[in-house]
Amino acid sequence: MSLEILLAAIAVLLLSGVASLIVRRSPGAATFVAVSGALLACLMGLVAAVIVLSGGGYDYLEWAWSIPGGSFALGVDALSAVFLIILFFVSIPVCLFGVPYLRTYGSRQNLGAAWFFTCLLIASMAMVVLARNAVLFLVSWELMSVSSFFLVTFEKGKPEARSASLIYLVAAHIGAALLLVLFLLLGRDGSLDFDQFSVAGNAGLLFILCLLGFGSKAGFVPMHVWLPEAHPAAPSHISALMSGVMIKMGIYGIFRTITFLGNPQPWWGWLLLGIGVTSGTLGVLFALAQHDVKRLLAYHSVENIGIIAMGLGLGLLGLSYGSLPIAVLGFGGAIFHVVNHALFKGLLFLSAGAMAHTTGTREMDKLGGLLKRMPWTASLFLVGSVAICGLPPLNGFASEFLVYMAGLYGSTGTIGGTAVAGLVGMSSLALIGGLAIACFTKVFGVVFLGEPRSVNAGDVHDASPTMTVSMMILGAACLAVGLLAPFAVKALIPVIAIIAHTPLGIAREAVTRATAPLYTVTSVSLILVGVILAAVLLRSMLLRGRIVRTAGTWDCGYAAPSARMQYTAPSFVLPITGLFNRVLKTRRHRERPDGLFPTAAAIETHTPDIFQERLFRPILAGTERLLGVFRWLQHGNVHIYVLYILITLLVLMFWKMR
Amino acid sequence: MSTIVLSSLHIVLPLLAAPLLPGIINRTKAILAGRRGQPVLQGYFDLLKLVRKGAVYSRTTTWLFRAGPIVNLVTIAMGLLLVPFGGSKALFGFDGDLILFAYLLGLGRFFVVAAALDTGSSFEGMGASREVTFSMLAEPTLFIGLFALSRLSGSMSLSGILYSTGVTGWSVGAPVLVSGAFFMIYLSENARIPVDDPATHLELTMIHEVMVLDHGGPDFALVSYGAALKLWLLGMLLVGVFSPNLAEAPLWFREGYALLGMFVLSVGVGVVESLMARVRLLKVPQLLIGAGALSVLAVILVLE
Repeated sequence: MSLEILLAAIAVLLLSGVASLIVRRSPGAATFVAVSGALLACLMGLVAAVIVLSGGGYDYLEWAWSIPGGSFALGVDALSAVFLIILFFVSIPVCLFGVPYLRTYGSRQNLGAAWFFTCLLIASMAMVVLARNAVLFLVSWELMSVSSFFLVTFEKGKPEARSASLIYLVAAHIGAALLLVLFLLLGRDGSLDFDQFSVAGNAGLLFILCLLGFGSKAGFVPMHVWLPEAHPAAPSHISALMSGVMIKMGIYGIFRTITFLGNPQPWWGWLLLGIGVTSGTLGVLFALAQHDVKRLLAYHSVENIGIIAMGLGLGLLGLSYGSLPIAVLGFGGAIFHVVNHALFKGLLFLSAGAMAHTTGTREMDKLGGLLKRMPWTASLFLVGSVAICGLPPLNGFASEFLVYMAGLYGSTGTIGGTAVAGLVGMSSLALIGGLAIACFTKVFGVVFLGEPRSVNAGDVHDASPTMTVSMMILGAACLAVGLLAPFAVKALIPVIAIIAHTPLGIAREAVTRATAPLYTVTSVSLILVGVILAAVLLRSMLLRGRIVRTAGTWDCGYAAPSARMQYTAPSFVLPITGLFNRVLKTRRHRERPDGLFPTAAAIETHTPDIFQERLFRPILAGTERLLGVFRWLQHGNVHIYVLYILITLLVLMFWKMR
Repeated sequence: MSTIVLSSLHIVLPLLAAPLLPGIINRTKAILAGRRGQPVLQGYFDLLKLVRKGAVYSRTTTWLFRAGPIVNLVTIAMGLLLVPFGGSKALFGFDGDLILFAYLLGLGRFFVVAAALDTGSSFEGMGASREVTFSMLAEPTLFIGLFALSRLSGSMSLSGILYSTGVTGWSVGAPVLVSGAFFMIYLSENARIPVDDPATHLELTMIHEVMVLDHGGPDFALVSYGAALKLWLLGMLLVGVFSPNLAEAPLWFREGYALLGMFVLSVGVGVVESLMARVRLLKVPQLLIGAGALSVLAVILVLE
């Protein structure tokens, strides 16, 4: 039953997308058709997915399909359902936010196309999680990549949008090519249906292929290079959807493939843990050095994907070393962090988008003082910041807590391997946590606090009510999931059981025992909120009847401080970026003050992605040189191309006759 | 029932007695410098005076500036729920409470730093920048040290880890190394010499003091009280690590040990501050990374 509702939701999405394309002449009508359809579909899908997750049922359906190797096999289990829930839940505020956000583009751009691709993106992601046949999966995967590609190119006029979308397209297809190999190897026994896959002894190779193929979508270092390009270029609500949900499709793929591969080897866990530690620390370090808010958030997606990979790695290590608590905590932390990251990263991208939409800039050092001018947007960005730093009482803490607990179980266990893994996991999570606090106090402090650093930031108003409501939905979800974490984890038990290859009963017992501390965490969080509220009340009573004045900020006696003299983002993080400069390789362009009465001086810093600069650029340049040999084949002359086709056909014919 | 009463007393006691600790430190410094010094109760007098004052706020600031000291104080007070005192279980001791402990302090720090940035002052920005840098370096050390102790004691809760590693642990030496590392964190997080100088006069060189330059009146009372409470909270952690196994000891001995430990620690801080100058800011990371190395050594000893 639930599968039929989901199919209907997908149909509604596609229909409203097409309808929006048909009425594209009128931007208002196109928006209305697409958004109302998408909202309806999301609500339908949400209901169906919640039914599946709470009932734990498995629904399967198969139709014949005339494509070789393909069958229209769909299935929904708890693992699919979790991803469907975050997809449909995040899509609601995303679509709402898009309405006022895209309105200003209405006269110049084709909004019908934008909404068509948005609907297609949501629908294709739903198909990715439902597909139970390799061909169907790859077709959906491709649709997802292509529709998001067209959304990244939305602002075609901007050169950076064009180059970003090109990088994204190439990265997506290299990943897809590896997935093709993965599925061909899995389906060597003839059928490409998921339930007939056979591993046939080369599980290790398949695991590597899966990490490379799905990891390039998820954004594992060093395959993350497309994220910091594509996320800033896309419209903000699309960035929220891409960062919150689409990159998680890579994680879904890894989860799903793990269920095919059977019992894990220890080195799989070590590899994933290593990837997680590298992605986590490098992600947050590069985020620290960024000047563009959305680029910074994109690097934070790399960081959070790293945390997810760490949980997954610890879980695999727990399985392979035979420690069920570590396994369920690791997997539980990973899947819970998938959910939480979708919520707070969605919120952060939307509020950053609202901010950039109003001020017209994403450069942090041109902003400032927005907490006064955009109180709602700023406060919601603050909620997202606290959540992404993994601080209690919000949701980020709950999932990081589970990953930490996996590490702690390693510390008390008797197995040497899990102990070392636990130590590595815990210490790098601690480092990432500290760096994330530095990074988000920087963003929040520079953009929303202090005085406006430019005219843009001075004369602005808060986001429109629709935008505010859509951000509030996600902000409230962050708080609710944080405070109700034990219940959220309970709902995830069927998923953990699937990933850990454990019967539901055993998994339930292990998860319940291992995550019992979450109840105490929740009570401490509730006390924390209560005491803070009480303290606020007390303090406001304390000042009653006293003289409360305002004055200028203390400036050590300097007579006329200007807003430009405030601490800037690069200065704020300089002690840290300085410590890690061997990795970051920040470039500085300095114009030193000159002469006895210097008039001007300037400093500019720029931190390009080292993997793009040092790894991919040389490889791509080499490939281009290599393939340049064949350039003489290209003439642009149609006759010659017809000749090529003829020759090919003849060769094929003779080959067949032989 | 009595354990709950005792654990609750261990929360009330710091709330009342914490302002004594800066008094003891200052008195020690004064005596070593040959002065009489301020009364030990000076902390209370200052708080009383500040609480009765009005307030002056910078025009630049928002509600966040007022929220900073409150959130900081409350998170530190919440920490008291998790850290045991004198070998009795903490009120909310549970598996993994050490993670919540560290992240509660992180939440407090987030808001202190944000409140500092809310003033738009370069000086406070500088202090905030240093604060996040040094605490970022201290955090992994804390976790690695706790990991070693957790493995040694076989417990995942601060209530099980602290005051328990003594007999078996001292022979291995790991608790000694971790104590050394935690002493550095204690000095750094509480903004003491050699990392920061609470008595400095020049805004440019401050770390913690500069972040609260614009706080006055009741807000500053919250800040000072929070600082005193943090001295107590992290002191409890350190005393608990540097302790024999007190599981079998009678109650009076455990309480006495912990109280004496807090006193000796405060005197120790006073002695360190009298004997040392603060190190250059650029050298502070080396100090903290050194502390991290001690923690790592402790883990190696424990892992064998």
